[in-house]
Amino acid sequence: MKQLITFIQKEFHHILRDTRSMLVLIGLPIVQLLLFGFAITTEVRNANIAILDNSKDEVTQSIITKIESSQYFDIDRTITSNAQIEKAFKTGKIKLAIVFQQNFQNELSHSNKAQLQIIADATDPNQATTLTNYISSIVRNYQNELNQQKKTPYTIKSEMRMLYNPQLKGAYTSVPGVMGMILLLISAMMTSIAIVREKELGTMEILLVSPMQPGLVVISKVISYFIISLINVATILILSVFVLGLPIEGSLFLLIASTIIYIFCALSLGILISTVTETQQAAMLISLLGLMLPVVMLSGYAYPIANMPTILQILSNMVPAKWYIIIVKNVMIKGIGIELVWKEILILLAMTATFLIISIKRFKIRL
Amino acid sequence: MRTLKFLLRKEFLQIFRDKLILRMILALPVIQLILLPYAATYEIKNITLSVVDNDHSEYSRKLINNFTSSGYFQLVDYSKTYADALDQVEKDKADLIVEIPKGFERDLIRDNETIVLFAANAISGQTAGLAVAYANTILRDFNNDVRIQWTQQSRLNAIPVIDITSSNWFNPQMDYKLFIVPGVLALLVTLVGFLMASLNIVKEKEIGTIEQLNVSPIKKYQFILSKLIPFWVLGFVVLIIGFIISLILYGIYPEGSFWVGSLFAGIYLIALLGFGLLTSIYADTQQQAMFIAYFFMLIFILLGGLFSPIENMPDWAQYLTYINPVRYLIEAMRMIVLKGSGFWDLRYHFLIVTGFAIVFNGLAIWNYKKTI
Repeated sequence: MKQLITFIQKEFHHILRDTRSMLVLIGLPIVQLLLFGFAITTEVRNANIAILDNSKDEVTQSIITKIESSQYFDIDRTITSNAQIEKAFKTGKIKLAIVFQQNFQNELSHSNKAQLQIIADATDPNQATTLTNYISSIVRNYQNELNQQKKTPYTIKSEMRMLYNPQLKGAYTSVPGVMGMILLLISAMMTSIAIVREKELGTMEILLVSPMQPGLVVISKVISYFIISLINVATILILSVFVLGLPIEGSLFLLIASTIIYIFCALSLGILISTVTETQQAAMLISLLGLMLPVVMLSGYAYPIANMPTILQILSNMVPAKWYIIIVKNVMIKGIGIELVWKEILILLAMTATFLIISIKRFKIRL
Repeated sequence: MRTLKFLLRKEFLQIFRDKLILRMILALPVIQLILLPYAATYEIKNITLSVVDNDHSEYSRKLINNFTSSGYFQLVDYSKTYADALDQVEKDKADLIVEIPKGFERDLIRDNETIVLFAANAISGQTAGLAVAYANTILRDFNNDVRIQWTQQSRLNAIPVIDITSSNWFNPQMDYKLFIVPGVLALLVTLVGFLMASLNIVKEKEIGTIEQLNVSPIKKYQFILSKLIPFWVLGFVVLIIGFIISLILYGIYPEGSFWVGSLFAGIYLIALLGFGLLTSIYADTQQQAMFIAYFFMLIFILLGGLFSPIENMPDWAQYLTYINPVRYLIEAMRMIVLKGSGFWDLRYHFLIVTGFAIVFNGLAIWNYKKTI
């Protein structure tokens, strides 16, 4: 036991000495969470659009004023012909153009029908749909105002309720996602590199001939990085609650307990990576190039898993972050207890065990 | 020139000697480019639905039928009460609750007005927003049908309607893959180039071989060039393979010029590798270089516009994206591939990445000290 503590102390000295890495390890989650919380949103803001008003009458003017005052859009006024629209799209200046037909007001009052065309840059289909919907609903509201005196018969109205996140804050989606991503990548990266580094530099041999058991050598490393991960969890939770305004609806104890299991899962994934690689470069390529995008894209954080093709849905089951994100959403935001997350916790435990068993089988005591 | 040739031979030999690394650099991006774009879809077809029908009338059944036959929704259950439906949402079995009030049909016909409740699981605002938007579209269509059925005779006092037509340029099929593939490719090329470059010089430092280079009569720029060119070639190979995969698998043929795209990616890679080398020069160990690389890569990716549009960010974040090289590559690739933008449309993008290339590599040469 005393030996182990000495070893852990040694590892800590190693880590603490390297202030630059420490800054990154502790600072990165903070920077990332703040970026995610404040910068990365899916709500529309400041979208650049152009309006080609071929009629220039009172009605078109008031529609334009409505759009302008909605604060979602910045109107580019330099466009005066159809040809310029395409050009503006190609240089990326605008995302959407609105074209009013000639004699808009006249047509509206005489033939009861006036045409308004929305042209969207559908390079990003999602964005195009959202912007088109926004504009349409502004125009429709205006039309309803016009027709207020004539009440439309047979109207079914809808009432909307946004459960758990009435203000539709982006942080409710992003915080669980960031927790899943940061903890997995940082933990896996730290352990994988730390062990391979000893191999590459030859210091592993010294450790192996020391009276410490090889398993304990690894454990002392893992414990040091585990403590760093705990610091990260604490900062993430504090920032989420006090800066991003997220609730912790469920049991804090359950949240932290499952987070600890998740960290162990990530650390053991790191150990597994270090057993299959010989150089730091290789370990790094696997843990960054190999894990980063799949974790973001298959964990259910960026895109809903239910829409994916079956093969990817099956693959997503192998991404530990998927299960952890479900736990965080349920416990932290919905406030659900262990009765609905025990399956996910078991899966994470099983993954941890699998990673460790494979690592032990592959771990060579002689180099 | 001769010195550079020898140095380059050494670097290439080193790259080719490590078969595992070489295989990973080629295989990891290829596998991801083949698989991941299929994951990226917002086009929602499987919104799970829990219906609370308190009316059990002809109209309420018709409305539910419109939901289930629309192709967007999957009915998971009829709940007896709203509380039961809420339970389904809590268990993640349902995304959206539709509650039809008692007297729905009667109110609609007699009082001209009735109301339907939509409640969505809004932890993901994006999904909830789309679910409710689809639900409203279905409701509106249903409503129009009802109106036509009851107001046929009174066609004459029709009300003024603004007829909104919309068209989607550059991607009329609204295929999300056309959008995501160029972005993912940009990112993979960036990851490969940046990771390799940021580890390289520091590795020589850690192993000690850098001292031999330092005592040799190599000029600083020759040293940097010898480090830059091999990774540039590697990055470019990954890019070309990526283009081929996009063409064969996704049928993405660039609307614009392939050469403009290659030229842009070429200059971009010089800039990016310069930044990688700079990281490598500043770091003391590979471990440190890797953490720094991770730090920058994540911020570059998050602020690169791959997953969330830059225009939606607050001003301060938008200013940050101006100094993010990844942003320019993702934008340029999408513009060339989808919109057919040409060199002149992209002139500012070209100017900026060229600027990055000069600054980063200049700093790398300047900061590399031939002493330890």
